[in-house]
Amino acid sequence: MVATVFLFYVFSFVAIASAFMVIAARNPVHSVLFLILAFVNAAGLFMLLGAEFLAMILVVVYVGAVAVLFLFVVMMLDVDFTVLKQGFLQYLPLGATVGAIVLIELILVVGGWTIEPATVTPRAAPIASNITNTAALGRILYTQYVYFFQAAGFILLTAMIGSIVLTLRSRRGVKRQSIDAQNLRDRKVAVQLRKVPSRAGL
Amino acid sequence: MAVGLTHYLIVAAILFTLGVAGIILNRKNIIVILMSVELILLAVNVNLVAFSAFLGDLTGQVFALLVLTVAAAESAIGLAILVVFYRNKGTISVEDINMMKG
Repeated sequence: MVATVFLFYVFSFVAIASAFMVIAARNPVHSVLFLILAFVNAAGLFMLLGAEFLAMILVVVYVGAVAVLFLFVVMMLDVDFTVLKQGFLQYLPLGATVGAIVLIELILVVGGWTIEPATVTPRAAPIASNITNTAALGRILYTQYVYFFQAAGFILLTAMIGSIVLTLRSRRGVKRQSIDAQNLRDRKVAVQLRKVPSRAGL
Repeated sequence: MAVGLTHYLIVAAILFTLGVAGIILNRKNIIVILMSVELILLAVNVNLVAFSAFLGDLTGQVFALLVLTVAAAESAIGLAILVVFYRNKGTISVEDINMMKG
């Protein structure tokens, strides 16, 4: 129990500190690395809550795919990031004000909030204690929420097609392999038989 | 002192606030804006999973899975648009993105 409390405070402190560094770091590469740290610690928080599957998905999808995608883009674009950082101090009062207001409102909501016990009793999908979190999630994801699952698949398909269509460009003047032409080449096209007269050359 | 639902909600609230502040502070750098959006969605996911765990209902985790999917799709499309824009304009400054202004 003590270990759980300790881990909660460690994970949440590191997550919040790295989230702060994401928005405050000068170098976008550092921002991406702190984003990875924030996601790993959020995965730890999910683990403490018993959502093991989501924790692993968070590590695989975010740290493995999305953050690396960000890293690719940051390193691929040759941009002077010091210019982009210039407005930071100018926007600091506004950002701090809006952030403080949002935080105070959220904490007021969280602090003065209770659950009416009658509303939570009819659970849509109670957590079973005898199977693992992944198995329980799979059981309702492929039965009760199968249309949501299909919709998620379509969203990913749309994103995939969209980003391919956006970034694909056909460049002119680039020599490339023509597999059709290579395969259609046969002996009649490639070899020519000539009758060469003796001592005359061609 | 046991860790309750309120603790997780406060962590999520702080993450959400940092995301919102990041959008305002880094108004010129669209990459950091996209990362701030990811932080906001992470805060939402922490809320969903915390309620799911403390109310004993697995539906919240299913919904968090969908939020994760949408966030991944959003960042992929956003970064693709960013790459195309950089290829055409040679800059990623948000203030220069006004091609669609009438």
